[in-house]
Amino acid sequence: MAFLSNFINGLSLGSIYAIIALGYTMVYGIAKMLNFAHGDVIMVGAYVSFVSIYSLGTPPILALLISMCVCTILGVVIERLAYRPLRSAASLAVLITAIGVSYLLQNVALLIWTSNTKVFPSIVSIGSLRIGSLTVTGETIVSIITCIVIMIGLTTFTAKTKTGKAMRAVSENRQAAELMGISVNRTISVTFAIGSALAAVAGVLYCSMYPVLVPTTGSIPGIKAFTAAVLGGIGSIPGTLVGGLLLGIIEIFGRAYISQDLSDAIVFAVLIIILLVKPNGLLGKKVTEKV
Amino acid sequence: MKKVVSLVLVLVLMASLFAACTKSGSAESGTLKLGFIGPLTGGAAVYGNAAKNGAELAVKEINAKGGLQIELNSQDDEHDAEKSVNAYNNLMDWGMQVLVGSVTTTPCIAVAAECYKDRTFALTPSASSPAVTKDNDNVYQLCFNDPNQGRASAQYIAEKFPEAKVAIIYNNGDAYSSGIYDTFVAEAEALNVNVVSTSTCTDDTSDFSVQVADAQNAGADVCFLPIYYTPASLILNQANSVGYAPIFFGVDGMDGILTLEGFDTSLAEGVMLLTPFAADADDAATKSFVAAFQAAYGEIPNQFAADGYDCVYAIYEAFNKTGLDAGASTPDICEALIKQFSTMSFSGLTGANMTWTDGMVDKAPAAVVIKDGVYVAAD
Repeated sequence: MAFLSNFINGLSLGSIYAIIALGYTMVYGIAKMLNFAHGDVIMVGAYVSFVSIYSLGTPPILALLISMCVCTILGVVIERLAYRPLRSAASLAVLITAIGVSYLLQNVALLIWTSNTKVFPSIVSIGSLRIGSLTVTGETIVSIITCIVIMIGLTTFTAKTKTGKAMRAVSENRQAAELMGISVNRTISVTFAIGSALAAVAGVLYCSMYPVLVPTTGSIPGIKAFTAAVLGGIGSIPGTLVGGLLLGIIEIFGRAYISQDLSDAIVFAVLIIILLVKPNGLLGKKVTEKV
Repeated sequence: MKKVVSLVLVLVLMASLFAACTKSGSAESGTLKLGFIGPLTGGAAVYGNAAKNGAELAVKEINAKGGLQIELNSQDDEHDAEKSVNAYNNLMDWGMQVLVGSVTTTPCIAVAAECYKDRTFALTPSASSPAVTKDNDNVYQLCFNDPNQGRASAQYIAEKFPEAKVAIIYNNGDAYSSGIYDTFVAEAEALNVNVVSTSTCTDDTSDFSVQVADAQNAGADVCFLPIYYTPASLILNQANSVGYAPIFFGVDGMDGILTLEGFDTSLAEGVMLLTPFAADADDAATKSFVAAFQAAYGEIPNQFAADGYDCVYAIYEAFNKTGLDAGASTPDICEALIKQFSTMSFSGLTGANMTWTDGMVDKAPAAVVIKDGVYVAAD
């Protein structure tokens, strides 16, 4: 029973990693850049819904929608102001800019909300499910279901809709897509908008599960989710799901059965081993460099 | 022109004569210059302001009694070691004779070294690391130090819950937490406390499902948490969501959990912690202190306020026993106070019959329990 309970905890942590990792994967797949500020968008999302629940007294679902809107705008603005001017710059410059944006967001949050810890109110109102000695919390159920819904929705979106097809085209070959009349800038903006809205969802879910909110809340889940994206194959949506769930389960099992102190080391050791065997991640496509 | 200059000089001289007169006039009753250093702004301001208000209240009471008068000068260190040393230097320029502070541990370690160098007697209300008093013969603590907290917690649990199975969750990346853990385990073993589960976390841990499940599966009915209140709030939340309700037992780092913004205080219901002060205690001294504090600052005093208050009274009592004049030099006062503190016994709000060995205090610990969102003395 302890095994099953650890497995479920791993699944729920993993599904949050997967939702966050989607933001990394989509941006990488389409804009070919690592958006290290993504973790901090999660934090902003959590703060916005904290404020709207506490100060404005909005119902949790409305608070979630508000924070999704704020994060969407934030994501698009960040892309417009910080990344778009560097579209043709060296990838290292973009990477450093992303780290800069990450620090900027953290420090602005520190100014606005101070370093005092806030305890996040759970937005999930369904109670825990008890089967024998096994307890599944409402947050766990909601995060697993949300993750599945988002995955299905996003896969359908990229496969069926016009914008989704444009995203795949830009991802495959930016110049060719542009020649076919696809607006690359608009497509990348849409990608950032979707990724940031998902970050808001992930932030609210993460803080509902682990209700402590400080300006650095987003950085650790951000890094873990980035690892999950690489593990599953960065750029691939199903890969993100596999990578996220796997990472969550490895983390919890490592802590429960191997060593509590080494759980993070185990996670990253697994990443190294998998990358040695499959350099593109579990479901990543092998890209041949054309000369 | 010369006349004007000489006239001015004469006036200045006369003025200084009067200034000297007023000074020596008040010295008849004797005024002791007491410095205070603590974080009055920044993240740890809760602690510093509470201790400062407590100290101010004590000074007011003492001055109203007549006899030895105390002048208190409080400086802010923002919980920063460098700023704390600057504050100390400012106070020395001001003519400080005895120091109350620093309030928090890291700044206090830095200031303690300066105090030792200058032979300034210091009594810290709440810096709990053994490094504060180690090798500094003139720096004293009013609070328990970290190892003693671990020992006292083990003794308390052994006495009150002799049959209990105990689980421990501690932060092995933090000197405060692992320091308490080490002495707790050593003492628990000596007293045959049944420790059934030990788990660790780090500063970054947010998922406590494994630690809580471990304690729950081991059937622990007391869960010892020598950690700060922020991770403790996560543990309480996790335990609540899986329906695990042991007696949670914390240390002074748990103080503050009730003031966390957004925290559902019902989760902390029944949490016990070892702290030397409970605002609802029945004795007359605590009652009058709480009433006076509330009247002056509009809030119920916490442990740090009581620590600050006791510090001033301990110094006052010890100084009166030395028989020194308030005009004595800082090093002279220091040597005399060391002698007093190492032999005297002091009873205050945070404990009766406190004694000191090598700067570390020895007093009976008291436990409080959280009931209806406030600290209540546990029996």
